[in-house]
Amino acid sequence: MVDGGAGVIERSGAAVVRGLALYLMALVIGVLLCCVMLMSITLIGVGAGLVLVPPAGAAVRRYADRYRELTGRWTGTRIDSPYAPAPEPRAGLAGWWDRTVHTLSDQATWRDLLWLLVDPITGVVTALLPAALVAEGIYGVLLASGLWMPIYEVTGTEWFTFVPVGDWRTAVAAGALGALYIGAGLWIARPMLALHGRWAARLLAPTAKSRLARRVQQLARTRSEAVDAQAAELRRIERDLHDGAQARLVAMGMSLGAIEHLLDRDPQRARQLLAEVRRNSVQALNELRDLVRGIHPPVLADRGLVDAVRALALDHPLPVEVSADLDGRPAAPVESAVYFAVAEVLTNAAKHSGAQRVWVDIRHCDGTLRVTVTDDGHGGADPSGSGLRGIERRIATFDGVLAVSSPPGGPTIVTMELPCASSSPKTSHS
Amino acid sequence: MRVVLAEDLALLREGLAGLLESAGFQIAASVASGPDLLAALLEHRPDVAVVDVRLPPSFTDEGLQAALEARRRVPGLPILVLSQYVEQLYARELLADGSGGIGYLLKDRVFDVEQFIDAVRRVAAGGTAMDPEVIAKLVTKGGPPISRLTPRELKVLKLMAQGRSNSAIAARLSVTERAVAKHIANIFTKLDLPVSEDDNRRVLAVLAYLNR
Repeated sequence: MVDGGAGVIERSGAAVVRGLALYLMALVIGVLLCCVMLMSITLIGVGAGLVLVPPAGAAVRRYADRYRELTGRWTGTRIDSPYAPAPEPRAGLAGWWDRTVHTLSDQATWRDLLWLLVDPITGVVTALLPAALVAEGIYGVLLASGLWMPIYEVTGTEWFTFVPVGDWRTAVAAGALGALYIGAGLWIARPMLALHGRWAARLLAPTAKSRLARRVQQLARTRSEAVDAQAAELRRIERDLHDGAQARLVAMGMSLGAIEHLLDRDPQRARQLLAEVRRNSVQALNELRDLVRGIHPPVLADRGLVDAVRALALDHPLPVEVSADLDGRPAAPVESAVYFAVAEVLTNAAKHSGAQRVWVDIRHCDGTLRVTVTDDGHGGADPSGSGLRGIERRIATFDGVLAVSSPPGGPTIVTMELPCASSSPKTSHS
Repeated sequence: MRVVLAEDLALLREGLAGLLESAGFQIAASVASGPDLLAALLEHRPDVAVVDVRLPPSFTDEGLQAALEARRRVPGLPILVLSQYVEQLYARELLADGSGGIGYLLKDRVFDVEQFIDAVRRVAAGGTAMDPEVIAKLVTKGGPPISRLTPRELKVLKLMAQGRSNSAIAARLSVTERAVAKHIANIFTKLDLPVSEDDNRRVLAVLAYLNR
């Protein structure tokens, strides 16, 4: 307890300051924004509101999101942003109308407003109280240290709570009481801040309904992306077959017809054509092989994700180290998505990173499949680049997320996480 | 020479059997699934087996697995693996025991009957027959020591890694056997490999080096 004491006081002190900061935010910025927002709404009647509501609403959201972030960081209660994604607004005046309607029809806007109103009141207890106690306590201690004398000379007896401070005896009593206040302030600071966080979450967190709405929206988006991607893939396969193997088979058939005619008249020429047919057949097979690799790589089918990534690593121009901890195999579509995502990341690493080595780590824990690709290159990868965006889309179908850390100077770390309930342990070939 | 043949597509199985028989091989057994293959290999102990990687019942790399298992039980059992695609990963696994008698070729290599039969004989004799595509991938991956080789040495290395003898390489590159021997000596010095007279040990040393 004794050696932990300093840490406890430090953390409590931090909680006091954070509570105060949150309260001041609410009192100054929050109240101001609340007034602006309410005024904008009342002005809709005269038209000016149409221009005022969207920016005011956006400002409220920025503030509320910042508040959510701070609350999450300081109180331990994570609060997600509840807003429904904005629709694509029309141009001109109609766009302003759309934005206004969107702002006002989102339930979260009204919950934010309610919070802006309520926070300065309830926050007195949950956020401000510890700081007020500590401040008052410090005042008491200052009185006891002699501050009471000048005050007594100017304004007469100074009341410190219920202690009338008029001489050293009462001043010391005020000091003792002040110390008690400081202790109490520190004592309640952390539980109070936690309470504040939970209370804030009641109004600021998404409601079950808005969570659902967001989920539906996200599912609709990822589904349409998946369908588009699949259609594009089928078109590519069709084109590849049409221009490749199919065309070669036609050519081979024509050559064989010609050979039939030439067999007696010009055996020399027939032999030449036969060689050509054979070359064409080899070429057609090569093209089919490449096509199959692009659809479903054989090693992935044979052995699953880890060996397929090992095979990728072997074919990669850079030395790639693969480590894995998977029991069983994830569902086939997940395997395939992750495989192609890793392939893309490895290609990027070879092309752009300037890396000497690459590490791939694949593991499954807590219902999540996590794949990390690290290279020792010069960093600076752009997460919004088309390659990484494509990977993001690919794994979003499975509710997967992609994180890229690529500071200038490197290293670049690409992490993919996919929820993957249970990797059904199949009998693996050994 | 007795051959065990494993291929699930009847058309190809018949074709391969005909090819091998016309070249003087005797088909000891002709099977169409992984478990059958393992049983046939252990029962007949053939002089060489020609095996398709993908076999029923699972239609995954069952042929390869059966081949590896058979070689674990009968070390050095010569096996030539055929596949629609070649994977370095599988080449590595086949070569891992370092005992030779291993081939790994794309199925289309069968088109060139002479070369194919040559490869089967080489594997049966305890040699190696690696597909040029595997070798090409291994060599491009090679890194600094490989880049020290001259283009001519690189050509020799590729042919050597496929399992060709000095005389075959000499014929292929239209140079004398002595010139080939000199190239090979240079390659071994540059790659820091122990020099060996035996064709097969030489190939395995190169492959082991490339496969690190």
